[in-house]
Amino acid sequence: MKRLLLASAATALLAGAAGAEDVKLGLHLGFTGPLESMAPNMAAGAELAAKEVSDSGKLLDGSKVVTSRSDTTCTDAAAAVAAAERQVADGVKAMVGGQCSGETIATLEKVAIPNGVLMISPSATSPALTSIEDQGLFFRAAPSDARQGEVIADLAKAQGIESMAITYTNNDYGKGLADSIKSNFEKLGGKVTIIAAHDDGKADYSAEVAALAAAGGDALAVVGYVDQGGSGVTQGALDTGAFTKFIFPDGMINATLPDRFGASIDGMLGINPAAEGDGRTKFEELTKAQGFDGSSAYAAESYDAAALILLAMQAAKSTDPAAVKEKVMEVANAPGEQILPGELAKGLELLAAGQDIDYVGASSVEFVEPGESAGSFRETTIKDGKLEVVGYH
Amino acid sequence: MDILNALVAFLNFVFIPAAAYGAQLALGALGVTLIYGILRFSNFAHGDTMAFGAAITIFATWALQAAGVSIYPLPTALLALPIGIAGTALMVLATDRLVYRYYRQKKSDPIILVMASVGVMFIMNGLTRVLIGVDEIRFDDGARFVIDVRSFREWSGLTEGLALRTTQLITLVVAVLVVGVLFWFLNRTRSGKAMRAYSDNEDLALLSGIDPEKVVRLTWIIAAALATIAGVLYGLDKAFKPFNYFQILLPIFAAAIVGGLGSPIGAIAGGFIVAFSEVAITYPWKKVAEYLGFDTGSAMLQLMSTEYKFAVSFVILIVVLLFRPTGLFRGKAY
Repeated sequence: MKRLLLASAATALLAGAAGAEDVKLGLHLGFTGPLESMAPNMAAGAELAAKEVSDSGKLLDGSKVVTSRSDTTCTDAAAAVAAAERQVADGVKAMVGGQCSGETIATLEKVAIPNGVLMISPSATSPALTSIEDQGLFFRAAPSDARQGEVIADLAKAQGIESMAITYTNNDYGKGLADSIKSNFEKLGGKVTIIAAHDDGKADYSAEVAALAAAGGDALAVVGYVDQGGSGVTQGALDTGAFTKFIFPDGMINATLPDRFGASIDGMLGINPAAEGDGRTKFEELTKAQGFDGSSAYAAESYDAAALILLAMQAAKSTDPAAVKEKVMEVANAPGEQILPGELAKGLELLAAGQDIDYVGASSVEFVEPGESAGSFRETTIKDGKLEVVGYH
Repeated sequence: MDILNALVAFLNFVFIPAAAYGAQLALGALGVTLIYGILRFSNFAHGDTMAFGAAITIFATWALQAAGVSIYPLPTALLALPIGIAGTALMVLATDRLVYRYYRQKKSDPIILVMASVGVMFIMNGLTRVLIGVDEIRFDDGARFVIDVRSFREWSGLTEGLALRTTQLITLVVAVLVVGVLFWFLNRTRSGKAMRAYSDNEDLALLSGIDPEKVVRLTWIIAAALATIAGVLYGLDKAFKPFNYFQILLPIFAAAIVGGLGSPIGAIAGGFIVAFSEVAITYPWKKVAEYLGFDTGSAMLQLMSTEYKFAVSFVILIVVLLFRPTGLFRGKAY
């Protein structure tokens, strides 16, 4: 009995102390499944931030950050929840993740809220996450797709597109964004000829392409993933000559796109959440030195998600999620000194001295209520087989 | 009324894609059905064997490309196919030695072998990813089209275009050749007859002097060849990505079961039935009907939306299992 009492007293002491402890940060991303090619660069981005903070020795009087990876599979909510439970059992109090919207909602509701764990997702963009009851424990470094749909509809209309067919990947992300594009485009007087789902990782997309082609339209909006069905449908549409003009939202925009299709999709309209500025350039230099590709989709947002968690801990002078969650918005937004990638040590110092910071990071972080990125979008196109940036909206 | 345009639209969007996909499924289902017929279990590792075979073939293709070998307009991968088949055959023979032989000698229930094959599937799955990575790889270096949309339109003057990819044509031709050779082998050669005898009655075959281990080895080698060819053709036509081979297992099994597990003819028929029903039932017939002179108004004439296309295969599967449990071509049931 005495020993038990002693042990629990010691545990209580350890848990409460904000001294030099190891801070456990979970990286809860889709290392296998439909986005498995994005996840390694995202994890590397988050680990880069963790390393930077650890090396500085300035977090909570010299705490080290220990990261641990867990696999969400992106599609299997049960697997994501089980993996997150393991993280919590290992003592993780904050996680970077999840990667896909559906799996993120499941982890948030079944693990993060009951256990009081903080989650910052770099890439879950479903509009459903805006209105979810999260008890203030969930933030995202990516904007909601409700806004992306609006931007896409505006730009399509401005390019003279009067009718479009929409195909979307059959999950929370695809459905949310496709609906948003449709309602915004129709509000502007455009016509959506068909809105049809495709499933990822299927053996063949002939049926989907045939349906889209039969409905027709000035352009085809492919709300999918470039590693997955999105490319399959696009390839089919090109081969059969069904469409020549394409609209690609964020899931389709990365270096793979021009590699795969080259000049055959010249003149496409591409949109993804990204901000121009010093932060991104600096981040890409940092990642080059570390030997991974920082321009890969959501790698910058992952770095920012990890950095925000750690800076908020410093601001709260505690690793307790209940205290940390109150500080995230403060750290992310003005006023205060601007902090770019590679300057996390400076941010930690300022916060320790009780000063305010405005974390800009790699993706020009600016949070709006209820804790998501405000959303700056980059318009791209392909000209002679090369991805070109048209502007920012 | 415009029969030609209707026909071209049908060929372009339904017939050609479904035929190529059906041939890929048929080759996969042949391998599954062969293992089931002779070794008496459903091999869930077949999809990942296809991925492994394709991966080895890709390595061989890269080596050939580096050496400057090319058979343009055909893809180099066809030349590398024998190396891929040899590598995969060694792999499955090793698996049989390490895993399946033990259960076979113990005369375990088929379900135990099936579960063992699930384990093998996960290991192969990981092995392929370690070898070649998770990313998509395109290794088709041949000419892309036999007929492309633009030149077809210019040549014919029709509004509808027609596309026939080289890989679709190769898939169909190779599938016909492989099926021909396989049937000749099973029906005309001594080894093929031994295999069929073993499949019909193991004990009688043993009594008449057939070496069971030899039959098993031969079966694995043929299954490896079928898996590699199916995997490479599929990879050439779409793109190589290990994850997709895991997913294609489902339609392959649907095809094999619809046709009748253990029946080679059934596997081929099943492959085409699954492919054509997926594409044709979800196709909006609006355009075709309009070319034929029917006024469709705003109706799309689509029986079912595309997200239900997998339901189509399963409905066929259930109907077949209910009314003809051994499949359309009377397969075996163990």
